[in-house]
Amino acid sequence: MSAVIEEAVTPPSPAPRAFLDVRDLRVHFPTDDGLVKSVDGISFQLDRNQTLGIVGESGSGKSVTSQAILGLHKGTTARIEGEIWLDGEELVHADADDVRRLRGSKMAMIFQDPLSALHPYFKVGAQISEAFQVHHPDASRQERRDRAIEMLRRVGIPNPDKRYDDYAHQFSGGMRQRAMIAMALVNDPSLLIADEPTTALDVTVQAQIIDLMVDLQEEFGSAIIIITHDLGVVAEIADDVLVMYGGRAAEYGPADEVFYRPEHPYAWGLLGSVTRLDRVREERLRPIPGTPPSLISVPSGCSFHPRCPYASRVGARCRTDRPDLEETTADHLVACHLPPADRATIFRDEIAPTL
Amino acid sequence: MSTSTADASAAAPSAGGAPLLQVSKLKKHFPVTRGIFFQHKVGAVQAVDGVDLTVASGETLGVVGESGCGKSTLGRLIARLLEPTDGSIIFDGRDISHISMREMRPLRRDVQMIFQDPFSSLNPRHTVGTIVGTALELQNMKPPQGTKKRVQELLELVGLNPEHYNRYPHEFSGGQRQRIGVARALALQPKLIVADEPVSALDVSIQAQVINLLEDLQNEFDLAYLFIAHDLSVVRHMADRVAVMYLGQVMESADRDTLYEHPLHPYTHALMSAVPVPDPAKEKSRERILLSGDLPSPINPPPACRFHTRCWKATELCRTEKPELRAITPGHLVACHYPEERHVT
Repeated sequence: MSAVIEEAVTPPSPAPRAFLDVRDLRVHFPTDDGLVKSVDGISFQLDRNQTLGIVGESGSGKSVTSQAILGLHKGTTARIEGEIWLDGEELVHADADDVRRLRGSKMAMIFQDPLSALHPYFKVGAQISEAFQVHHPDASRQERRDRAIEMLRRVGIPNPDKRYDDYAHQFSGGMRQRAMIAMALVNDPSLLIADEPTTALDVTVQAQIIDLMVDLQEEFGSAIIIITHDLGVVAEIADDVLVMYGGRAAEYGPADEVFYRPEHPYAWGLLGSVTRLDRVREERLRPIPGTPPSLISVPSGCSFHPRCPYASRVGARCRTDRPDLEETTADHLVACHLPPADRATIFRDEIAPTL
Repeated sequence: MSTSTADASAAAPSAGGAPLLQVSKLKKHFPVTRGIFFQHKVGAVQAVDGVDLTVASGETLGVVGESGCGKSTLGRLIARLLEPTDGSIIFDGRDISHISMREMRPLRRDVQMIFQDPFSSLNPRHTVGTIVGTALELQNMKPPQGTKKRVQELLELVGLNPEHYNRYPHEFSGGQRQRIGVARALALQPKLIVADEPVSALDVSIQAQVINLLEDLQNEFDLAYLFIAHDLSVVRHMADRVAVMYLGQVMESADRDTLYEHPLHPYTHALMSAVPVPDPAKEKSRERILLSGDLPSPINPPPACRFHTRCWKATELCRTEKPELRAITPGHLVACHYPEERHVT
């Protein structure tokens, strides 16, 4: 039932450029209403000890991207194209069983809502032990329990030996998320994907969780992908930022570049929409008109063109040609038809003064 | 907003005359019962436990706090969806604290509510026209050109297509559904709207649209807002004055600029330092205060100062004597024995 491309398995592409190298990833879901192009040509690289922030709104394809990396679409009706290289191993064309062996051990995920991600009927400690057991089948019961308690302690849960026997509903929101992080880390993964890990949490708890993730990255040297719509969180911990829109990359570069010298009109719109704690914005926010596109009927050409205030400057090309990600400055890529010089002028004169 | 009258007048809003809404020593305790056949009360969730605040016509009071601080319960008390256990709510000069639902009905024209979740706050079996227009019928308000016309005007006012009058909520996006909720709240031309996390469930770019809409409507109709939120950045944008709540009580309140630029309560410091700012260089250089431990249960809140179990400055005084909410400077009230300035943003 796997819809993965079967023929000519070895792609004639150059060696992977990084610990995690995603190349032109596409994930399409055939449905009764049409083909949902959730992810439509995404590429990025990530090394160990680094953090990538994937930013986008609902329907941008960011969660589907991370699920594809974990191989969660194998065996479903999803059509996956492109390549995902993890530590020299290609995952899209790999066997589902091979990817399953990596899932939970080499790469792990933290989900948004710990109350729905943790099983309500099993003790939390037992769930963490099980995650360890799957990848260490020879470990004894005591070893599994000790390992789980050690992880609970490491993530800052007090009295871990007692909390081992508690159920998910007996933990507070922040503690549940810590428990989920413990479960994700129990097998020392090299890649950690956090999908909106703090959205459901209070801001002071969010600060604790993010602090914990940064600490753990320093200790274990993991690569972290953090998926979020919160630009503040991205500014806090991401080294690189990938801005997704309509299943595609709008802008991709180092965090400093994307925050201080953004070039894509969607990124301008996002930064212009956000309220800030540290200063009062000018009287009105500058929201992006319209709504995010349906992924069944993605607009032709540049997926952002119906909402872009600058599409008229370029003309018909925005409607007909899909822009490629092109480099503007070192490592800073933008997918936009506006000439770079024009973008710089617009940013300097119109956008920056309002931010 | 405090016990002494001198301080209360110092805290009075800039618009002259009596405030539109005055809340004093407001409490709401939800009983916790035990037993199968004979239920007896074993305790109470002290959701709101002694809150004073005022809102003037046309102004926005932001109420911020995290889960369990009582802000949503406070909103529901003010809209009289709940009856207070103690204290008083005076709206437009009238004490509405314990009036019956029947007496409250005509007053419902003046106080309306916008809810957080655009998906559960609209009846999925009603058309948009019914959702927005029912209030007019229930209140026996007969607009000169008919209810349908009025509803269509309202839809247009909030940026929706009036021709979608006969559509159902599921046919709209989250942001649009929130706009429907706003149209519904406006239908009766209220004086005060209690907005309980009106934009938290929305995407960033849609949030901005709805925030602008709320501001425009406030200017056009001289609406007062009780803006309840956990997002301090949004509240900084919207509010004229702000109150910070923790475990059912107000810890600090001041006008917007004073609170954000000169916060005095340690909980306010912790809260602000935890909010990330979309500015990488600033994020790396900021001081971060990490609160230890978990939020205490509102069934068994800490004695004296509620915050003392997590406060790095707590002394014996904090554990034994409750700090009253008092004015440090006119209009700036703090409930702390050791208030001091600290730069956290």
